[in-house]
Amino acid sequence: MVRAVTTQRKALNTAIAWTVGLLIFFPILWTILTSFKTEAQAIADPPIFLFFDWTLENYAVVQERSNYMRFLWNSVFIAGGSTILGVIIAVPAAWSMAFVPSKRTKDILLWMLSTKMLPAVGVLYPIYLIFIKLGILDSRIGLTVVLMLINLPIIVWMLYTYFKEIPGEILEAARMDGASLRNEILYVLTPMAIPGIASTLLLNFILAWNEAFWTLNLTAAQAAPLTAFIASYSSPEGLFFAKLSAASTMAIAPILILGWFSQKQLVRGLTFGAVK
Amino acid sequence: MATQHSRSAARLMMAPAVILLLGWMLVPLIMTLWFSFRKYLPLRGGDQGWVGFDNYVRFISSSSFWPAVQTTLIIVGGVLVITVALGIILALLLDQPMWGQGVVRILVIAPFFVMPTVSALVWKNMFMDPVNGILAHLWKFFGAEPVQWLSQESLQSIIMIVSWQWLPFATLILLTAVQSLDSEQLEAAEMDGAPFLKRFWFIILPHLSRAITIVILIQTIFLLSIFAEIFVTTGGAFGTRTLTYLIFQRVLESQNVGLGSAGGVYAIILANIVALFLMRIVGKNLDT
Repeated sequence: MVRAVTTQRKALNTAIAWTVGLLIFFPILWTILTSFKTEAQAIADPPIFLFFDWTLENYAVVQERSNYMRFLWNSVFIAGGSTILGVIIAVPAAWSMAFVPSKRTKDILLWMLSTKMLPAVGVLYPIYLIFIKLGILDSRIGLTVVLMLINLPIIVWMLYTYFKEIPGEILEAARMDGASLRNEILYVLTPMAIPGIASTLLLNFILAWNEAFWTLNLTAAQAAPLTAFIASYSSPEGLFFAKLSAASTMAIAPILILGWFSQKQLVRGLTFGAVK
Repeated sequence: MATQHSRSAARLMMAPAVILLLGWMLVPLIMTLWFSFRKYLPLRGGDQGWVGFDNYVRFISSSSFWPAVQTTLIIVGGVLVITVALGIILALLLDQPMWGQGVVRILVIAPFFVMPTVSALVWKNMFMDPVNGILAHLWKFFGAEPVQWLSQESLQSIIMIVSWQWLPFATLILLTAVQSLDSEQLEAAEMDGAPFLKRFWFIILPHLSRAITIVILIQTIFLLSIFAEIFVTTGGAFGTRTLTYLIFQRVLESQNVGLGSAGGVYAIILANIVALFLMRIVGKNLDT
């Protein structure tokens, strides 16, 4: 039964919720607005909210001075590569755990999750050393592999929970009809699993894009993604508000848009099925 | 029904993921353990041999250890209290009927998608700058003296920034839990004349308790290792050096790998204690 609500009550709810929502969103909104101001307008006292001379100048300067496109490409490569690689490794594992569970499946799943709890700083030096020895410090490949490994448990878990929702009877029917394992996966399972795989790709791309421990510690000039690019603004360029805003907006815009689509998966992906 | 054939195929399919994660866990862990028992200064003489538990004792007895533990606890505790309390309020608010619910949800969730270095820098410069920051303007507008946020109120500032980042996560999970609440039970209580506070305390809060526990556990694991927020704002100065940051400084800045590794082992043990509780809850909910 839907509760009957007076229009008045609904209007009040709406007003409060929108105020709170805009308040929480304000830092992002302010950053986007400031990115279109001149430096002088960005620090105007009192602050100018909307009525300034909109300019794209900051975006041009940021790109020109620091080669934004290279950092963007590094981010896309590392986040995209680690996610795709992770899903390729995780799909067979999640498939077998969901459809051919054994007594140890639960233990394996929990153990995988526990590797995610390992604090990164505790293994910082070993990874750093291995990277130096292998000559992959400050390389996109090295970072891609590390981010794949730290997100692999989440990828396996998400895929597992999605695969569990696919009715096993359908697979059995296919098997009865004489479908080989390969055909079973290719023609029966994959079409049903695609929405789950897509959600997994999406959320893990976002997590990898925003990862800011390994990306800051294992890169320098060559492989630095956007997280490190922004960190380089910490001083003194950060005091040029308009340029900082332009750089920040460019770093977060793609993910804000993807995030919009992934809000439902967020709960599933980050609580490991403990909240439904 | 699984046949013998499909069982061995299943094992084979699991192998890459299991082997990779096993390697990822064991190799660095064993190396950290190994270094933690040695005097190892890469830039000042390299590996100088076995020192037993020396590094463990020195890490704990160093003058920066207890302040770092205290800082860590204050930040984690502060962020947890703020995000859980506001998260419950926001979840209840977002569950109410209103116009534009979807848009408000997106506005509230958005901070979660902002990369940590961006949110830290935007807060540090555009909001907390004592001269040109928005908060300084706001304080001046009300005739107050602007606050030197990151130098004088450094811990509160970090807690504010991190809470802003994690509030969406808490809200979203609590909202999911609120939505599964049996509305008939609430209506019955309402008809019986139970005031809102009573309904909240006796029906809503118990229903949310599991979700709250999970938010606390998951956030604790992530919050124990926050790094970028401190790296770009204070660099560990002004009393914001957490345990994670202290270990980072020992290992990479002062290149004392032995000492840093001993600290790393402490951090791993600490995280595992929290993880143990989380795994128990997750495990209970898992039927394979």
